[in-house]
Amino acid sequence: MKARFALRASTPWWRGPLLIGIAGLVTILISSIIIRWAGGAPIPAARYIFISPLQSRFGFTEALLSATPLVFTGAAVAIAFRAGYWNIGAEGQLLAGTIGATWVGINAESLPRFIGVPLILLSGMLFGALWALSPALLRTRLGIDEVVTTLLLNPVALLIITGLLNGPWRNTETGFPDSDVIADSTKLWIIWPDTRVHFGLAVGVVIIGLCWWFVGKMSGGLKLRAVGLAPNASRIAGLPVERTLLTTALVSGGIAGLGGASEIAGVAHQLTTGISNNFGYTGVIVATLAALSFIGALFVALMFGVITVGSFSASRALEIPTTIGQVLQAVLLLTVVSALVIQKYQVIWTTNKSKNRE
Amino acid sequence: MNSVEGVAIASRVGAPSIFLRDITKAYGETLALSDVSLDLRAGEVHALLGENGAGKTTLMKILYGLTQPDSGQIEADGVVLKISSPRDARAAGIGMVTQHFSLVKNMTVVENIALADAKTFSIDLGGVRGAIVASSARYGLDVPPDAIISSLPIALQQRAEILKALMSGCSYLILDEPTAVLGPQDIDSLLEVIRRLRSDAGIGIVLISHKMAEIEKVADRVSVLRRGQVVSSSLANGITSKELVTLMVGQPSSPVAPRKRTPSEGQDAILVLESVAVNTETGGLSNINFEVRPGEILGIAGVSGNGQTELVNILSGTLGIDSGTISVEGTQLGENTPQSLMRAGVGILGEDRHASAVHGLKVVENLVLDCLESFTNKLQLDRKKMDSHCESAIAEFEIKATANQAFGTLSGGNMQKVLLARLFSRKPKVAIISQPTRGLDVMSTKYVRSLIGQACSDGTAVLLVSEDLDEILELADRIAVMYRGSVIGIVDHSQASRESVGELMAGIAK
Repeated sequence: MKARFALRASTPWWRGPLLIGIAGLVTILISSIIIRWAGGAPIPAARYIFISPLQSRFGFTEALLSATPLVFTGAAVAIAFRAGYWNIGAEGQLLAGTIGATWVGINAESLPRFIGVPLILLSGMLFGALWALSPALLRTRLGIDEVVTTLLLNPVALLIITGLLNGPWRNTETGFPDSDVIADSTKLWIIWPDTRVHFGLAVGVVIIGLCWWFVGKMSGGLKLRAVGLAPNASRIAGLPVERTLLTTALVSGGIAGLGGASEIAGVAHQLTTGISNNFGYTGVIVATLAALSFIGALFVALMFGVITVGSFSASRALEIPTTIGQVLQAVLLLTVVSALVIQKYQVIWTTNKSKNRE
Repeated sequence: MNSVEGVAIASRVGAPSIFLRDITKAYGETLALSDVSLDLRAGEVHALLGENGAGKTTLMKILYGLTQPDSGQIEADGVVLKISSPRDARAAGIGMVTQHFSLVKNMTVVENIALADAKTFSIDLGGVRGAIVASSARYGLDVPPDAIISSLPIALQQRAEILKALMSGCSYLILDEPTAVLGPQDIDSLLEVIRRLRSDAGIGIVLISHKMAEIEKVADRVSVLRRGQVVSSSLANGITSKELVTLMVGQPSSPVAPRKRTPSEGQDAILVLESVAVNTETGGLSNINFEVRPGEILGIAGVSGNGQTELVNILSGTLGIDSGTISVEGTQLGENTPQSLMRAGVGILGEDRHASAVHGLKVVENLVLDCLESFTNKLQLDRKKMDSHCESAIAEFEIKATANQAFGTLSGGNMQKVLLARLFSRKPKVAIISQPTRGLDVMSTKYVRSLIGQACSDGTAVLLVSEDLDEILELADRIAVMYRGSVIGIVDHSQASRESVGELMAGIAK
């Protein structure tokens, strides 16, 4: 008997959900081994990670807060990937957004809030788009692969922040390498009283809605999808392939930058080198797990928020490392992506007899 | 031709003959090869002829272990060879030079060849260099051994690739359309190399080609593949180019019934190409001149690989021209881009229907992809208008599909109808139609041809590029024949016959 993999002609509707379910089970299994290895008990750990954040107001709102930047980066990555533009630079674009936001924030003392808030968000968005510009031009004009260029620009953005914080933006009160606190007029509104959930989450949800509307309902969105699925066929149909890629790249960078502004103006209120907890890279995972659907990305981001908060409580209660949360996210990515690929294939068993000539 | 000499050498050298027996290979529902048998001998140049998709490349991939046959076997002097990878093939003395070279571009020639048979951790670059110089001199394959591959012109890269295969000790060498990428002078020197490999080294060569002139010059034996079957296998000096062309394109399946034509004389030409040239030095197009009038079908005939694809790419705007002019309705186009051609009223049906549409999008979305402006209302897609347009196209063009079905799930015939519906619903002034019925069943073929005839009666100027000579004879008002990147003759349908057009296709100019 020999096994051979072949593409399926058609897939019954239940195979997708079934395989995703299996992927979830496999994730739990593998994670249990790792948690046990780290000295924890898997079942209580799972309860802490997945359930406990949903049981208290504090846990739930902190999960929303953790999810907020991932909503932006997830949307940014999803829209770029839908156009076939492999933007791995959401991290750098988000960091550029924090620079743009901080610049407005520390220089906008006397503005009213209804001007300050739009200004700080807009500035973050523009800086993010600007950071996405050069790889996009290199790709559309010279055909240079954007995966490498967008990825390599990520540490550059972080180095610029480090430079700024050790130079012109060094904290004027403490002398530490973190910026001054931004003006009150540019801080985002808290939208859930007595918690840290801020206006940025609302902006993120609106962005998700706009992306969904644009890609699904507008003619520009159809162009974007066509270019992403078959660039050559799109070119033959007269679609402006390069322009679509360039615009999408800038929009993607802008959304990631907006996420950066939301972190500065919503929670951190000052720029630090640790402002991004790998939000951009996690955005790639979020978008991939959501199969590039925007609504899906919103839910995956919320789930990741829960896992992040939950792994902290698991860590405190069971004395296992907080990085368990990231391990869990990584394992989930591997199993779900495998499931999505396996879904398209079937195994054909052949006996040796049928291979020979009769 | 040298068949007698070739056979004599074969017996002298004594390398085993290779026999491909009853090879069958299917890709999905398409039968690429059906019970194909082929006899290869050492010291003989065996040309393998056939149209695109006839199965030549698949057959050679099987011989070289790149794919496995569904049934059939390969024998060397009666012993069954098991070739399940290129490594097995090389061990059996079979080398291949594919159309895409397998050279490491940023290494030198010496390093590439050393890499190919590096058996241990140490590589004797000096020794390899010496061997290269010796082999180069022996076969007339001059290559600068210390040059970086990427700095070499394509002809020299090809020589390096051939050297690499030879130095791995092969006694059979498969060359897959080696002249497709070469200019005329490089072709001549390659043919000289092939002759020396055969005569001096007794190497058996399989030459995949569809260029008559080359085959005439070097082949000892010629086999013709058509639709996955060997339709002829004979000594090269026993068959004429004209006969070969006839074998490649096949006999008419039914008597050709020309369509009713309306005279279009006296009308001004709508599409005019003057002295158009592109990539001339690598065998692209040169000196293309023709015009198409409204209500006329100009057929482009020719053995495939003589510039038809480039011509279609130029007219779809995906290949920019180097010199010459393209005019539509008397207005000269500046640059030929997809957008400028579309705006001028040129519509296209590409030769590859899979590459012309987006498989992952719905039928309705593909139908409106090239005219989204008319289905957009305040930046939003007008789904209702799209759906009603799609419903009427489905009815008018007899498409067996629903509007929301993914394009990729359609059958070939229905894909083609969707693309024709997209083309004709724009009411183009000029329709460029390439290989419209390739791979279609009889009913779909008939329907597609009637659509083209109908569009022409409605006043559209049609440029029909087809490998199917009967299709051209049936539909075209005038037939332009392409040979080696130029139009070597234009025949009126009243004077056209399989013979007269076939002669032009074989490069026998009047």
